[in-house]
Amino acid sequence: MKIGTPKEVMKGEARVAMTPDSARQLQKLGYDCIIETGAGDAAGYNDATYQEAGVEVAETAAALWTAADVVAKVRPPTEAELKKSREGQLLISMFWPAQNEDLMKQAADQGTSVIAMDMVPRISRAQKMDALSSMANIAGYRAVIEAGNNFGRFFTGQITAAGKVPPAKVLVVGAGVAGLAAIGTSTSLGAITYAFDVRPEVAEQVESMGAEFVFLDFEEDQQDGSASGGYASVSSPEFTAAQLAKFRELAPEMDIVITTALIPNREAPELWTKDMVEAMKPGSVIIDLAAEKGGNCKLTVMDEKIVTDNGVTIIGYTDFPSRMATQSSNLYATNIRHLMTDLTPEKDGQIVHDMEDDVIRGATIAHEKEVTFPPPPPKVQAIAAQPKEKVKELTPEEKREQEITAFKAQTKQQVTLLAIGAALVLGVGLIAPASFMQHFIVFLLSVFIGFQVIWGVAHSLHTPLMAVTNAISSIIILGALIQIGSSSLLITLLAALGIFMASINIFGGFLVTRRMLAMFQKS
Amino acid sequence: MEFGFTIAAYAVAAVLFILSLGGLSGQESAKRAVWYGIAGMAIAVVATLIGPGQGLFIVSLVLIALGAAVGYQLAMRVQMTQMPELVAIMHSLVGLAAVFVGFNADIMINNVADIYDANGLVLGAVGEDGYTAIGLPKEIHDGLSSFGQLIAKKSGVEIGILRVELMLGIWIGAVTFTGSVIAYGKLAGKVDTSAKKLPGGHLLNAAAAGLSLLLAVLYMSDAGSWTLVLLTLLALFIGYHLIMGIGGADMPVVVSMLNSYSGWAAAAIGFSLGNDLLIVVGALVGSSGAILSYIMCKAMNRSFISVILGGFGGAAGEQMAVDGEQVAIDADGVANALDEADSIIIIPGYGMAVAQAQQNVAELTRRLRAQGKSVRFAIHPVAGRLPGHMNVLLAEAKVPYDIVLEMDEINDDFPDTDVAIVIGSNDIVNPAAQDDPNSPIAGMPVLECWKAKQVFVSKRGQGTGYSGIENPLFFKENTRMFYGDAKKSLEDLLARIS
Repeated sequence: MKIGTPKEVMKGEARVAMTPDSARQLQKLGYDCIIETGAGDAAGYNDATYQEAGVEVAETAAALWTAADVVAKVRPPTEAELKKSREGQLLISMFWPAQNEDLMKQAADQGTSVIAMDMVPRISRAQKMDALSSMANIAGYRAVIEAGNNFGRFFTGQITAAGKVPPAKVLVVGAGVAGLAAIGTSTSLGAITYAFDVRPEVAEQVESMGAEFVFLDFEEDQQDGSASGGYASVSSPEFTAAQLAKFRELAPEMDIVITTALIPNREAPELWTKDMVEAMKPGSVIIDLAAEKGGNCKLTVMDEKIVTDNGVTIIGYTDFPSRMATQSSNLYATNIRHLMTDLTPEKDGQIVHDMEDDVIRGATIAHEKEVTFPPPPPKVQAIAAQPKEKVKELTPEEKREQEITAFKAQTKQQVTLLAIGAALVLGVGLIAPASFMQHFIVFLLSVFIGFQVIWGVAHSLHTPLMAVTNAISSIIILGALIQIGSSSLLITLLAALGIFMASINIFGGFLVTRRMLAMFQKS
Repeated sequence: MEFGFTIAAYAVAAVLFILSLGGLSGQESAKRAVWYGIAGMAIAVVATLIGPGQGLFIVSLVLIALGAAVGYQLAMRVQMTQMPELVAIMHSLVGLAAVFVGFNADIMINNVADIYDANGLVLGAVGEDGYTAIGLPKEIHDGLSSFGQLIAKKSGVEIGILRVELMLGIWIGAVTFTGSVIAYGKLAGKVDTSAKKLPGGHLLNAAAAGLSLLLAVLYMSDAGSWTLVLLTLLALFIGYHLIMGIGGADMPVVVSMLNSYSGWAAAAIGFSLGNDLLIVVGALVGSSGAILSYIMCKAMNRSFISVILGGFGGAAGEQMAVDGEQVAIDADGVANALDEADSIIIIPGYGMAVAQAQQNVAELTRRLRAQGKSVRFAIHPVAGRLPGHMNVLLAEAKVPYDIVLEMDEINDDFPDTDVAIVIGSNDIVNPAAQDDPNSPIAGMPVLECWKAKQVFVSKRGQGTGYSGIENPLFFKENTRMFYGDAKKSLEDLLARIS
């Protein structure tokens, strides 16, 4: 089969979904690769490097869409682009299906299968194809660089002959993948970095990156991030209020604020209000990575850089990954390649679209003329281990009650067993004569004693136990001894044999037990 | 000597036996306990010898002395790795003795009946009270052996019960005999250890058991002693076929089960002889074996029935495929890792016994401990071919018993362990038991050695173990395979560790 990548049609998009490197790997999976001419130019890969890697170059987009069985793209397709696809073709790209329902229907009606890279479930196995994470990582890095570009000072504090420079203070709101990348970049540039997230369980990750986690004085059953697949969800109004109060307190001190707070399929929450911006020092920078979804700061203008009246720069770019096209193309192409590996179990260049597979099912939004979005919840849920369910503290009454129930159940079981046993013994007693019953009592009691005693034997002494029981079971010698005095020759003979064999056992058994026990030594 | 004295001696012996088993709860008290057992046995035998009705006193003593000589040789020569074989073959002796004693009882009944006939009386006929047996004339009665007298006094119902008892004794004894012989053969490698069945499988066993029952009924209705002979032959066959159908790794259960059987056989014979001591001891041994079997089965997460029926139950579905590869390592690599490790857990299995590697393991332990490292042993209940087999081997090699721990005691410590060394174990460290619900050993408790930071597996080659189950442990990222004969590999290792 043939995998093709067209040139991105969206203005300003510099990324490309296939790199010469990824093409080589795809060929190893048995695929032929094709690329539209000039598709990689903006990302630093010209047609020649592709040809070197064995990739066919198509002259027009139309030719590419016709030739390819699988089309890999970065941005969601436009309506015009999607029209070029045909039934049975597989399209792999970002799609944002919740916002692009019409497009998704169009694809399903046309019979194009669509795997949305933004729908890859967040489970460990799928991390290698999680394009959102790899793009967010770049966005986080770039956000800090972009901020530095617009910030008039050093990040790190310095004392020089020309004077003292205080270190920059950076606040990162939202410690997701982008947030953590931003924290890492910022701390390594030397800034004092603070970070906040509504999921308290990420505090550890934040601190491991060298930043300080901003805790709120707020008591509430914190939501569990792992339940929503590692994403944040909506907080309560009280929590939001406490959070805003904290930010208001921090705002005058901060030189750079990077907001990354997004909630899946919702408008970005407002976290940095107008009054906070007004409280900031002139020359401060705000990078709003949520600009595409309305922004965490309402002053943000999407895709633009503005400067407020008090001299605060607010950057609302949405194309951070595209601004580092080579890096992001590499990562994105690798994500695609990993996805193709999963789709090609036999490495024979044939796609097996396994709708039973959690990852593939989750990412597929249109297949065989049907819309398959939203996917069923994945069988493997969380990224982080689920915290153990708290054992409910039992009240003394409840405990007492439980004990009584357990006691009753035990009593019931014991009484039943005893009743059955007693009935059986009584039944035997009805038919058996007294002389038998006398021995029978001895037998029953011995079994009873045996069970009580043997449970106490140490596991490590099981072999000696067997040897001892073996020796003493040769007590059968007594029977032979009683019988040997008989007048019948046959009886005498058999009894003699019995005595001989049993005594081998007695001596052998006891001696070997002693030998074994003597070997057990304490250190 | 009075009859009462013998009974009293039996009572003392019984108490001593109970104490001797109870004393096995700890290593130190066990050393005392075995003397209790010996004393009990001596008292019982002497009391019987000097008791009433004992005929050939000298012959008996000579026979005992002969047996003692053979027993002594066996006990002193046996290697600790051969313990399972020894125990198995000893069981067979008890079983056979039970068969002989049982037959004697039958012959005696016939003899006594003949004497009754000769005197124009009927054995078991009851007097006017409808309960007490009409005995023989006194002069004839006194001429009988003590056992003969016992039978002569019995009523018809009692004779019937006596027959049931001796039949049970013979039947169980015979099953124990052939079963133990086969178990011995399998353990000693003289019989193929894989599970084998004749065509017909368990149906054949069932048929033999059914036929036994029929013969038993015939025997009870006075069809003659030939029914008893046939019954014995059938029991011998069942014993043979039953144990042939059970594979090598299930031997711990088989041996403890046979141990239990030999006890029940003794108890049944005790009933027929009217000897309480036999009953007491038989019951003690029987329940001991039963508990051991139960513990073993539990350790393998299998029901007793499924072990007896032989072979593993079919897998419920497709087993999980194992991906990854087995990565080999040489002695240098293991030595380096051991050098850096602080805590080490060694997991021995049957492979260590086969390779006779316990001395090298002990030497390695001594050296590592001398370097101040924590070295411990983890013993799975079914490691080896006999309950507690590994403990005995390690004790022989002078590994202190307080660093040899049970599965439950040590399983939680693996995550804090630097190196786990698996020597000749397979199924007992198989993570599939926990991860793969379709695995034949699913649910079996296993030693979680893969949680250690590094695992070395000493193994002869790449094959699967006895059970033929692939072991994902060998493919784990933190597992390295140390191929080769365990003894040889450890020698190489010892050369690199001072």
